[in-house]
Amino acid sequence: MKRHLISAADLTRDDAVLILDTAEEMARVADRPIKKLPTLRGRTVVNLFYEDSTRTRISFEAAAKRLSADVINFSAKGSSVSKGESLKDTALTLEAMGADAVVIRHPDSGAPHRLATSGWIGGSVLNAGDGTHEHPTQALLDAFTMRRRFTGSGGGSGSPGGGTGRDLSGRHITIVGDILHSRVARSNVHLLSTLGAEVTLVAPPTLVPVGVGSWPCEVTYDLDSVLAKSDAVMMLRVQRERMKDAFFPTEREYARRYGLDGERMSRMPAHALVMHPGPMNRGMEITAEVADSPRCTAVEQVTNGVSIRMAALYLLLGGSEPAVSPRPDTPRTEENDR
Amino acid sequence: MSRTLIRGAQILGGAPRDVLIDGETIASVGGSTSTGSRPDDAGAQVIDADGLILLPGLVDLHTHLREPGREDSETVLTGTRAAARGGFTAVHAMANTFPVADTAGVVEQVWRLGRESGYCDVQPVGAVTVGLAGRQLAELGAMHESAAAVRVFSDDGKCVDDAVIMRRALEYVKAFDGVIAQHAQEPRLTEGAQMNEGIVSAELGLGGWPAVAEESVISRDVLLAAHVGSRVHICHLSTAGSVEIVRWAKSKGWRVTAEVTPHHLLLTDELVRTYDPVYKVNPPLRTEADVLALREALADGTIDCVATDHAPHPHEDKDCEWGAAAMGMVGLETALSVVQHTMVDTGLLDWSQVADRMSARPAAIGRLAGHGRPVSAGEPANLTLVDPAYRGEVDPAGFVSRSRNTPYAGRELPGRVTHTFLRGSATVVDGKLT
Repeated sequence: MKRHLISAADLTRDDAVLILDTAEEMARVADRPIKKLPTLRGRTVVNLFYEDSTRTRISFEAAAKRLSADVINFSAKGSSVSKGESLKDTALTLEAMGADAVVIRHPDSGAPHRLATSGWIGGSVLNAGDGTHEHPTQALLDAFTMRRRFTGSGGGSGSPGGGTGRDLSGRHITIVGDILHSRVARSNVHLLSTLGAEVTLVAPPTLVPVGVGSWPCEVTYDLDSVLAKSDAVMMLRVQRERMKDAFFPTEREYARRYGLDGERMSRMPAHALVMHPGPMNRGMEITAEVADSPRCTAVEQVTNGVSIRMAALYLLLGGSEPAVSPRPDTPRTEENDR
Repeated sequence: MSRTLIRGAQILGGAPRDVLIDGETIASVGGSTSTGSRPDDAGAQVIDADGLILLPGLVDLHTHLREPGREDSETVLTGTRAAARGGFTAVHAMANTFPVADTAGVVEQVWRLGRESGYCDVQPVGAVTVGLAGRQLAELGAMHESAAAVRVFSDDGKCVDDAVIMRRALEYVKAFDGVIAQHAQEPRLTEGAQMNEGIVSAELGLGGWPAVAEESVISRDVLLAAHVGSRVHICHLSTAGSVEIVRWAKSKGWRVTAEVTPHHLLLTDELVRTYDPVYKVNPPLRTEADVLALREALADGTIDCVATDHAPHPHEDKDCEWGAAAMGMVGLETALSVVQHTMVDTGLLDWSQVADRMSARPAAIGRLAGHGRPVSAGEPANLTLVDPAYRGEVDPAGFVSRSRNTPYAGRELPGRVTHTFLRGSATVVDGKLT
């Protein structure tokens, strides 16, 4: 593993499978009465959030705490230069406090890359979403969720489960919505194709970036044409404000053409999943019927997010020792580690 | 009066000759050294110019000197020192200062500071509209009639996007042979723009600055210039499509001129993958195909000249995340090296054409007397000596500009200005300021 997790594009297939397999071990820990591992005891993880994001922040926080790390939450809303301390000065401060890892969410694309390469800090940098660039742990938890569901081993305790060692070869994944502004879509296109899946993006042409032709995926403007071949359909949040910039005429027209409702879901294969990174706009990109159906993995994705972030933190900070004892009957929990 | 003999210089890259400077003018140009004809050099200081190229002093149509208002990034003095070191004897100081150079008072202040600096001539550019706001014409006539005698007007940094204001400005300056230098950027198409829109922006998730935002404005403005019979100059042309439009306009005989920056002749948007704001510039770095089209257009004369768009910024405005960083690059001290690298060493231009694109043409567009003249007896001694064999890494620490925001740090570039003469006085000797 590399020292930082900035972009899903940086991950090889083996890197990605290692993270998924490690997350599978972490998920098994979550099934135990004592959910905590001593692995990162004494290490400091800083959550540096320049944007509101309760769900991603608490997911990283839970992950770090389950690995016994000390967690510092640093909320720095607003742009750095115009509204106060620069990113550089904040980074130097965190470095001075001895941060071993900085989990950063920032409205500017590339801010985590800058943090990792500028020499301002020595610790690991984890990208928790930067502008409209990437959100690699989201893509990893999406892939993790798919692998578990597709292999039919949704985490039964004690089972080797989750398709350990396997990738997503041969699977057709459809991603629908505001591709242009979506860091989730960018990370998923890179990661899912690295894992062998065939990815199709669906959006109105206004919400597809110029230059998408170089991405390892297909693009279509017609949702109905791809439903029948999809093993999973991932719906992206579409911000209502986009309407003001004329990306689409009205919410209703968007929902009619690109929203997932029960009728469209019925045309997907029986095993196919509906995914959503949240938060959902019910009635916009997804109807309540679909969101609340057993095929929708939105809540499961949140659960899996903690396991993926534990895996990422462990692999970036923990070194080569196994995170979890290979024998499930003698877990290296904090209790018996003393 | 001081006398200087430049011995054995290759004038515009030709055979070695001796050039005698007497006072402010070129007194004589000897025959080829091999023929033995020598000017009368009694009492002259002698410069051995063996292997050096002698050019007319370079002229920049597009320089941001930042004074008044942003003296933390550059002043007229530091900027003209950088200019001299880069081989320039005249620069056009852009109007986007604080306050904006939109009155006779401000352009005269900049002009006077240039005179006092003594390192190179400073020709102020006047704003087209009050406060660069694009709504009301600035007092263009007053700026022309001032001591600064402004002939080039530009809202550079902002586009004169209102078609009526642009038309009126183009018409109005005909009264005194002025020219409007347009920063072609359709504002609505570039809201939130951070880099060239294309394959790289799609991957990086940075707001796109599409080529069409430049090309649509150039299209409109060449048509406007033709309609009212005025001169229009296109600043920092950056796309292959813009080249086609300018080529077409020139084929019609319309009075259109254009410039290209050194960085657009060399760098591409692939560099933005580093997210290093030193590559953030407006217009943005484009693609390899654009770079090649720009080189070709400069070679065939479609693009008239090289202009630096020297844009100094303090360190903190570049030592940050991409989105928060200022746009612009310093360029005066590296311009000639980049042109040698991209145009001369590639065989696209010879040195006499470099003299044309970096001295004669920009001086003609700016109607700048005494610059861009032939290297011959009786002409003002505005001269630059270049060592084309030199190779070295660009070291920003060695810059005399107040700012260091160069995209070439650590890059090996050819050529080095050894001497610059402003009306006979050496401003640079052996690569160092006097």
